[in-house]
Order: sequence, then C-alpha cells, then structure tokens
Amino acid sequence: MNKPKSVVFCLSRCVLAVFLLFLSFGASSFEAQPMAEDPLVEARLLEIAQELRCLVCQNESLAASRAELAEDLRREVRTLIKKGNTDQEIRDFLVSRYGDYVLYRPQVKPLTWGLWFGPALALLLGLWFLIGHIKQGLNNTAPSKHLSREEQERLDKILKD
Amino acid sequence: MGRKKFLIPLFLFLGLVVFLALGLRKDPREIPSPLINKAAPAFELPTSKGPASFSPKDYAGKVWMFNVWATWCVSCREEHPILVAFAQRTGVPIIGLSYKEIQPQDEEKGALSLEDKLSLAQRRSELWLKRHGDPYQLSVFDLDGRVGIDYGVYGVPETYVIDAQGIIRYKHVGAMTAELLANQVMPLIQSLSPSS
Repeated sequence: MNKPKSVVFCLSRCVLAVFLLFLSFGASSFEAQPMAEDPLVEARLLEIAQELRCLVCQNESLAASRAELAEDLRREVRTLIKKGNTDQEIRDFLVSRYGDYVLYRPQVKPLTWGLWFGPALALLLGLWFLIGHIKQGLNNTAPSKHLSREEQERLDKILKD
Repeated sequence: MGRKKFLIPLFLFLGLVVFLALGLRKDPREIPSPLINKAAPAFELPTSKGPASFSPKDYAGKVWMFNVWATWCVSCREEHPILVAFAQRTGVPIIGLSYKEIQPQDEEKGALSLEDKLSLAQRRSELWLKRHGDPYQLSVFDLDGRVGIDYGVYGVPETYVIDAQGIIRYKHVGAMTAELLANQVMPLIQSLSPSS
C-alpha cells in the first residue's frame, strides 16, 4: 500500500551496481576490500550469509546483496565470527533484531509447524482421500460383475430364444 | 453427505483464493519486528543540541517516539511535515536518529575522520531541519549505523514508540502518515501515558 520509496531506491542501486560492474571489466579488482580479510572468516561468513535474507533487496541473500545494509550486516557478522561466536549465536543475533524473516530456513517451532509439516500432511490427506475414493469406486462397481436376479432371468430368457 | 463431497475441492480452492488475495494486499516490506514488547536497546550517541550525548535511559519515565531519518532519505521528506505538525500539536517528545548521514559519496575525495563526519552530519542535518521544520527534542547521530542494526532498522524512515519503562511498543517502517498517527500511534501513546 504505502511502500517506502527505498524499494525504488534499492532497484536503482541494483541497476547502478550492474552498470558499475560493466565499467569495472578490465580493472584489476572490483570492490576494493577495506583490508585483507582472513580467508577462514570469509568462508564462514559466506556460509552463514547464504542462509540469511537481505532485508532491503528481499530476494537476495545477505551474501549476494550489494545493498548498503547487507554490507553493514556482513561487517557485523564478520566481527561476531572474529569474537568466536557460534553460527547459531550469529543467527540468533540477527533474528532478535530482524525477526525470523531473515532466515531462509525457518526454525522448527509451534508457529512454523504448519510450514514444515503442512505439505506432508496435505499429501497424506490427499492419499487418504484418493484411497477412500478408489475403494468406494471398487465397491460400487463390484456388484455389477454379478447380474441381479432379474437381469439373470432376462439373460436366460434371451439366451433361450 | 456423499452427494456434497464433490464440493470439497471447490471450497478448498476458494480458501486458497482467499489466502492468496489477502497475501497480495499485504506489503512484503512490513516485517513484524521481534523488538515489540522488548526493552529498547541501550546506546549512547552524540547529539546536535542540548546535552552532548543521549541514551534511552535519559527518557525513562516518559513515553516518547524515536524516528529514524536522514537527509538523503526521500520518504523522510514525505513524512516530515506530518511529524512536525504532530509534535507541535501533541507535544509528544520525539528523538530523531540521524541514520548513516555520511554516505560513501561524501568520502569520494578521501576518508573523513570521525570528528569531521560528525560535524558534517550535524551541519547538514541542522540545515535540513531549519528548512523543513524540526520536530525533534534532540537529534542523535548514528554515523556507522550500528545502533540502527540493534533496532532492526532496514528501511529508513522508521518510527518507534517507547514507553515509560523503556519498552518498545510500536514500530512502523516507511513514511509515517497522518492516519497512522491519529488511529494507532496517538491512542497507543495515550494508553501508555502514566496520567491516564
């Protein structure tokens, strides 16, 4: 309804980013890293950030997004990694601020049971209906294999003639 | 019973349609904040007028609004006159959080020191508030956006209502509107105020 202008802002940024990407072909290094980063920290950052959603460009992961907030959050996660926090602690840090929404893989808890088990339940329910339907169909068609007495009499009569 | 069974898929489908229709009408950017009914994260930041620094505990005992903004933020310009009018009319204290006022383009000609950043942000914000009106009792400066992260800021402007016990009671992402202020924020503030 009343969408913040930052969606447009975000899109224009993405366009700008692509444009800059083209400009930078040939240049030796694209985004200059502020400092030489520890490759181990970077690997863990990537692993964690791929499972997190960027809140500005909502269809991007925190690892892939070039939104400014994503950069800030990556910096934050980097700091937490260096402080020795576990992956779960880092995810909790973000969830406590931005909500479950940041997780691409939602936690299993009563609120998300429908999300996790709903599809399997729907499948089972569907199977149950299907089996019931087939059984009913079989029951309905079964008597037709045997002729009723009237039919048998008619058949006998026809055959006799 | 058996006769009406064929209607079940139709009802299932209609249910699905209702859910999808409701889903389409929702704004995907409105993410429920986990901070509602939690204590407002503590911070201490420099201000532009009055005391040198501000911390939420300075406003303990007051029901106040916390508005995240920046001079580069387009939607902020849209909501600003509404906030100015609201502050004048109701006298509800509003603290402005200047969020990442200094953008990368400000440092194109070379990195700025922290003091330079702060004074540039203060100058620019004061000028902007002089031109557009100043609804804030205090403006505080979150240059690196670290406090913004603690408050789960992801789309400036954002507005919070914090009660006398320092608990966040309301959060709105995006430009504040006169309707929201009249229909949601003001009734909430009145219900939270100790006098009522």
